[in-house]
Amino acid sequence: MKPAPFEYYCPETLDEAVSLLEQHGDDGKVLAGGQSFMPLMSLRLARPSVIVDLNRVSGLDGIAANGDGGLAIGALTRQRALERDAELPARNPLLAAAVPLIGHFQIRNRGTVGGSLVHADPAAELPAVTVALGADFVLTSAGGERVVSAADFYLGYMATAIEANEVLTEIRVPAWKAGRLWAIDEVSRRKGDFAMVGVALWADMDGANCADACITLFGVGGEPVRVEKAEQRLKGAALDDATLKEVERIVSEELEPDSDIHASALYRREVGGVLTRRALRAAAERGTEGNGA
Amino acid sequence: MSTKSILNLTVNGKAYEKLVEVRMTLADFLRNELDLTGTHLGCEHGVCGACTVIMDGEAVRSCLLLAVQAEGATLETVEGLADGDRLHPLQAAFQDRHALQCGFCTPGFLMTATAFLKENPSPTDAEIREAISGNICRCTGYQPIIEAIGQAAPEAGGKPRE
Ligand code: FES
Ligand code: FES
Repeated sequence: MKPAPFEYYCPETLDEAVSLLEQHGDDGKVLAGGQSFMPLMSLRLARPSVIVDLNRVSGLDGIAANGDGGLAIGALTRQRALERDAELPARNPLLAAAVPLIGHFQIRNRGTVGGSLVHADPAAELPAVTVALGADFVLTSAGGERVVSAADFYLGYMATAIEANEVLTEIRVPAWKAGRLWAIDEVSRRKGDFAMVGVALWADMDGANCADACITLFGVGGEPVRVEKAEQRLKGAALDDATLKEVERIVSEELEPDSDIHASALYRREVGGVLTRRALRAAAERGTEGNGA
Repeated sequence: MSTKSILNLTVNGKAYEKLVEVRMTLADFLRNELDLTGTHLGCEHGVCGACTVIMDGEAVRSCLLLAVQAEGATLETVEGLADGDRLHPLQAAFQDRHALQCGFCTPGFLMTATAFLKENPSPTDAEIREAISGNICRCTGYQPIIEAIGQAAPEAGGKPRE
């Protein structure tokens, strides 16, 4: 239960960090908050020969306003900093509600937003929430920057679009729409455990009817799963019991989860549908109160 | 860059300078290099909370940090809680409420609760439950632990809420 030997670099600038990654290619590995990666090293599931520790790189943390009214979140921002940000619930209530669901407070003290996104555990909250919010990720290498949408970033079980020479540096979250309904909910065995099934969703209303919606589940596949057929069903419809029942059925039918020691595929399909219905109900009942509208 | 590095840090008010292997975790450093064996290791991969220490004011799992990452940091471990023979209010409350049996998990609970009560000096039971949800106890049962933390709160949290 000890990490295998490695060479350790602790750069203070992003330039240094990306040139180290360039130099070491596939042997190099980025260390951020370490809340996912340190266990992998201790269990010897990961044995990188070079570690590039980002924790002393300046300018990679903080929550800033984006030009378009959205958020620009530095990848090294600790999850706890989001949790403590008194303005976040008004600026993005779905993101603010997701953060306390991540691990335990000792984990969030150290864990970073970017670390969780790049680690890409299929049961983690932040990947699903960034997909639901239509966030963009800024990936920086020695050659420059590129921007990849969260939806394109996740490629399958713990697989992402990031290259070995790149660092996730910023998460750009579009402006929150006034009047948007939202909810996040999950089922886990114990508080703080990874979700067996979870859902993050929002709905924009036009009067009593839904104009647009996004339903993203986690813990039910290799990556965050958007259920577009259920979103389609919501569009133009009121969020009444009959519609929600049908959305539940569609979600259960559309999901293709695996069975593992935590839950069977059948359980996940069933619970995915039920959770989605309940989350929509909660979103409708809460209304737009306190969501920055 | 090599596989060893000089580390400077302060633990329980005492400054240390040591040459450490970069792959050594902070937990192993405290235990094996500084002989501060009060910090316990249950799982060594971030699940049990036994290794919880306070680094620059925040509770963290010391098995999930490399020692070298604590360069320049100020740490508090369970050894720093008591004042000579006088137990810290949390320790006294744990004793009073029988909040430990084998004691293996206790340092982690104490450091978790210390950090938690600093931030929330008059917590509800539900908040205490949530705060200790990342610490596993295999023998006592959590009820006495919750009671002990609630009992110690006014003293341990510093300034009770008006
Ligand atoms: S030993 Fe660190 S969390 Fe278990
Ligand atoms: S007192 Fe024995 S594990 Fe908690």
